[in-house]
Amino acid sequence: MAAQGRHGGKKSNKMTALVVDDNTVNRMIHHRLLDNLGIENVAVVNGKEAVDIHCSGKTFDLILMDMDMPVMNGIEATRQLREMGIRSMIAGVSTRSMEREIREFIEAGLDDYQEKPLTMSKLISIIHKING
Amino acid sequence: MDRNRLQHQVACMRRSLFDQGYLDEPFIQLEELQDDANPNFVQEIVTLFYSDSARLIQNIEHALNSRPIDFDKLDDYMHQFKGSSSSIGAKKVTNECTVFREYCSAENAEGCIRSFQQVKQEYAILRRKLEVYLQMVRQAAVSRTA
Repeated sequence: MAAQGRHGGKKSNKMTALVVDDNTVNRMIHHRLLDNLGIENVAVVNGKEAVDIHCSGKTFDLILMDMDMPVMNGIEATRQLREMGIRSMIAGVSTRSMEREIREFIEAGLDDYQEKPLTMSKLISIIHKING
Repeated sequence: MDRNRLQHQVACMRRSLFDQGYLDEPFIQLEELQDDANPNFVQEIVTLFYSDSARLIQNIEHALNSRPIDFDKLDDYMHQFKGSSSSIGAKKVTNECTVFREYCSAENAEGCIRSFQQVKQEYAILRRKLEVYLQMVRQAAVSRTA
């Protein structure tokens, strides 16, 4: 994995990821999928925590963003992260299938969108977009 | 029990869980994510699913008993339940959750109550079958290392 990612100055060569999902089962599965690929990752439970962790100075190569979450949903969190100047790969993951809803999510600033459940092959296709 | 016979029983039970539509593809992914470094991953996820489901079922029951029924809240809870169910490959449970959400979206209280019984029934059946299956898997693992 690229040492510099999108941010540079990293001590480790490992890619990093942030899992943003209010569902405990999904967080655990996404964490394990990323672990399996050697990607250091942390998880938060809603969009506000995703914004807060970036405000604390942390950045990630990849953000897996759920859409429907309490406190702050994925659409609003993505919008705010982009307004903050965060240029990480943000991949929306959701069970939503209506085109209008997905379009709104994408227009908030996503680089990719994948329908849940997230699989290893879907995750690899997202990562290829970072490295490609 | 003879080791080969036990492993054969495990394989048969696994196949029937898929053939009868209780489980689908995402469960295979959970199995593939289990390795020497994470030898109990499937059991851990399933246990988490049980505790998450218990909480959501209780929340849904409470919401269905409230008057007036808050269909938005009901839908949120069921969206969560459906999300967890589909992530572990609980196919029949997921399908019943979808039916429930359709009644919810139509604000059909009676339909919600009826379909929720189906959700609980499918969940209970799956849980029983998974507990038996995973216990057999554990026994087979022990017999392999014995």
